[in-house]
Amino acid sequence: MRLWERYRLRLRRKRLRFRAFRKRRELSPVADHTGTLRRDAILLVTVLRNERIRLPFFLRYYRDLGISHFLVVDNGSDDGSREYLAAQADVSLWTTRASYRGSRYGADWMNWLLMRHGRGHWILAVDVDEFFIYPFSDSRPIRALTDWLDTSARRSFPAMVVDMYPKGPIDAEPYREGANPFEIANWFDSGNYMISRNPTFGNLWIQGGPRARTMFADRPREAPSLNKIPLVKWNWSYCFVSSTHMLLPRGLNLVYDELGGERASGCLLHAKFLSPFTAKVAEELERREHFAQSREYIAYAETLRESGDLWCKWSEKYINWRQLEILGLMSKGNWA
Amino acid sequence: MTAPLGFVMLCHTALHRAAEVARFWAATGCPVVIHVDRRTGAAEYRRLVEDMADVDIVSFSRRYACEWGTWSLVAATQAAATQLLARHPDVRHVYLASGACLPLRPVEELIDYLDARPQTDFIESVTTADVTWTVGGLAEERFTLSFPFSWRKHRRLFDFYVGAQRRIGLRRTIPKGLVPHLGSQWWCLTRRTLSAILEDPDRAEHDAYFRRVWIPDESYFQTLARLYSTRIESRSLTLAKFDVQGKPHTFYDDHLQLLRRSDCFVARKAWPQANRLYRTFLAPPTPGGTRAEPNPGKIDRLFAKAVERRTRGRAGLYMQSRFPLQDHENGKTSAPYSVFHGFSDLFENFDIWLSKSVGSRVHGHLFAPGRAEFAGGETVFNGALSDCAALRDYNPRAFLTNLIWNTRGERQCFQFSPRDNQDCNWFMATDPNAQISVVSGSWAVPLSRANLNFSDIRREAARLQRIETEHLKILRTMYVKARVRIWTMAEFIENPMEPLQAILDEISPRSARPLTEAPKLVDLTGFGQFLQNLKNQGMMPTLMGDFAVTDEPQPPARDRGRPYLVR
Repeated sequence: MRLWERYRLRLRRKRLRFRAFRKRRELSPVADHTGTLRRDAILLVTVLRNERIRLPFFLRYYRDLGISHFLVVDNGSDDGSREYLAAQADVSLWTTRASYRGSRYGADWMNWLLMRHGRGHWILAVDVDEFFIYPFSDSRPIRALTDWLDTSARRSFPAMVVDMYPKGPIDAEPYREGANPFEIANWFDSGNYMISRNPTFGNLWIQGGPRARTMFADRPREAPSLNKIPLVKWNWSYCFVSSTHMLLPRGLNLVYDELGGERASGCLLHAKFLSPFTAKVAEELERREHFAQSREYIAYAETLRESGDLWCKWSEKYINWRQLEILGLMSKGNWA
Repeated sequence: MTAPLGFVMLCHTALHRAAEVARFWAATGCPVVIHVDRRTGAAEYRRLVEDMADVDIVSFSRRYACEWGTWSLVAATQAAATQLLARHPDVRHVYLASGACLPLRPVEELIDYLDARPQTDFIESVTTADVTWTVGGLAEERFTLSFPFSWRKHRRLFDFYVGAQRRIGLRRTIPKGLVPHLGSQWWCLTRRTLSAILEDPDRAEHDAYFRRVWIPDESYFQTLARLYSTRIESRSLTLAKFDVQGKPHTFYDDHLQLLRRSDCFVARKAWPQANRLYRTFLAPPTPGGTRAEPNPGKIDRLFAKAVERRTRGRAGLYMQSRFPLQDHENGKTSAPYSVFHGFSDLFENFDIWLSKSVGSRVHGHLFAPGRAEFAGGETVFNGALSDCAALRDYNPRAFLTNLIWNTRGERQCFQFSPRDNQDCNWFMATDPNAQISVVSGSWAVPLSRANLNFSDIRREAARLQRIETEHLKILRTMYVKARVRIWTMAEFIENPMEPLQAILDEISPRSARPLTEAPKLVDLTGFGQFLQNLKNQGMMPTLMGDFAVTDEPQPPARDRGRPYLVR
């Protein structure tokens, strides 16, 4: 990469960080327990809005995984999410009514919180409907993974989004609070992902899955990106560029092997296609706060109007991480 | 009276685990000397000392600040071993372990094992010429160059200085009588050998030399033991597996059964929070028969597989953490597949005939302009692969590799023609898994019967001929790795069975069943005239081979029971 390009990326990173610094004013603390953080705490960062019904399982899932503390930005919830989170001892909560789009879909807020509290910690940046799995996640806590990454001198860990969906119409079976969403949405696409390299940031751009298959088949370029790098050993100079799809400095995006070997990687099981989906889509279409004029949500609405079924004959039923490993969606790398 | 076995432990983190292990060893009367890295916090160290105060055969040695790959580790070992030998005269064997080591079998069994071999030194000790595992490629040169810079902190300076010494030809001389040996730093030596090393009159000279050797903890005792030992077993009693980066693999709770069955004495290294491992292996021994010789075969295989996965990966897999550069794929696709170029234009229902003749999946034109024609007219295929043309053409290579990956274990065959998407031509031609059979020029057959203006036909014919010429050019380059067969149409229809038999034999070599039924050739009446018409319009159809202008080509006689085969 030419010196000039490198310099431009450096400027970009500084600009993003300054932007995050300015956006700090939008966040007002509701419950701040960050003073009690241990030096080796593993932090989870998330931005959410009206996710009350999903929160109990979300918190339980990540507590079981070994997350020490949650940093949450509440973007103007009015369904009791804020009150629920404020009552949790291991959640530090900030609230804002500012525009989600204006903060680059939450990335600015996240960057600011990490700038402030993330230094030197392993951080996991996920959405409330994303559930992180990694090799041996059923027998080893997340600290085993981060310890191993530390000894391997790796600073970031990739996890591709795997869209999970139910068999039949998305809204057919209602989701009950506290339940495991993958009891309902337990199907996924195993082998229709398309990958290309992003020359500027060095990351892989992955598209495909049920959304590309059913909603974006005629305009695949616009299909949502599925590549994510959610687990990072945070340093003050890092920042997320676009959601958690890529980071700067670009070395953090080089999470894949180019000489034929496999590096370790995980998956983010995506429980988006779950009731109350219709209501959520209607609301988001109203707000228009999502990426690219909310074109994804327009497509969701269309799908719902038609049959609302993402399932097909070749859908795969989810069992465990080993299944995803065998199917080639994730890898153990040299972790054994 | 203490046991005849003493332990030296080198610790730097997770001291509470080291304490548990030291207590476990001391409980059977084995004296332990603990060395704690000086860079470990004072409070932590004090806590450990206080914790062990009630065990009088556990003592602490002088602390050195240890850095990986430097002399300090040897100095620490020397000090601790000297202390152990001096304080505990009953000790016959000294076992060097780290703070992250986990005993897998009761100490009594280890003592019995050593009692049966009282004069044996267990130390992996291999001459530099025979070592293949050194990281960074430094084996012999560890002993002949000097290494004043830290590899961890000043990598560039380290590399620069090594390079400079190589260029200038600087070499250190190895002290007389020493033959450099390398090996695992975890050993078990007899008092006789160890004290000979530590009390050697030349020790000052040896130390001065090894101080500048690269990673002396893997060579100091390994080399000197060769001078004094009467009986060396060149293996370590500690089970330690190393990955491609040269760091030890870590054991977790889920390795419990593997470790138990390995029958090794000590394993390195356990994750400090592997509670179940520590609880199980540090529990008081249950009475039971003594077990066999150490046999880490299963663990070896597990970790060898991990290394293989990290370095070579699964062939034909493209995913988020394996995206090989061109020509570094270790297998562009995961399984063999066959491409039939032009056959579907020449034979009626060729795919049906083919799927009857071979036991594999036969698709139509996967890269057809309208949609991917999956076998059986499916709209979705294995792995939820869609037949949508836009989706396929967005990334045709991913489509192909996904298809082959999703159907591992079942051979895929598909039709191809110049009308199809041509983006994968180079990819398939350079893929050793591809079997590409071409009947050139057969694209003209459907054109000859098309109900179109002749000027349109002529234009289409020119386009297809251009595309196919390009493709054939690729298939004839020196870069081709695929199994390629090319016939002109004229050549092929003269005797289609022989080439078909050859292709099918290659697809399923074991079946060796001769073809009984021939695919039905399309009606070629008027084809020669059609080609002549094209010529008359100023286009030169070249790829079909020579067809007589007026005479109809003669299809082979159908009455032969089985085709004539040359075997």
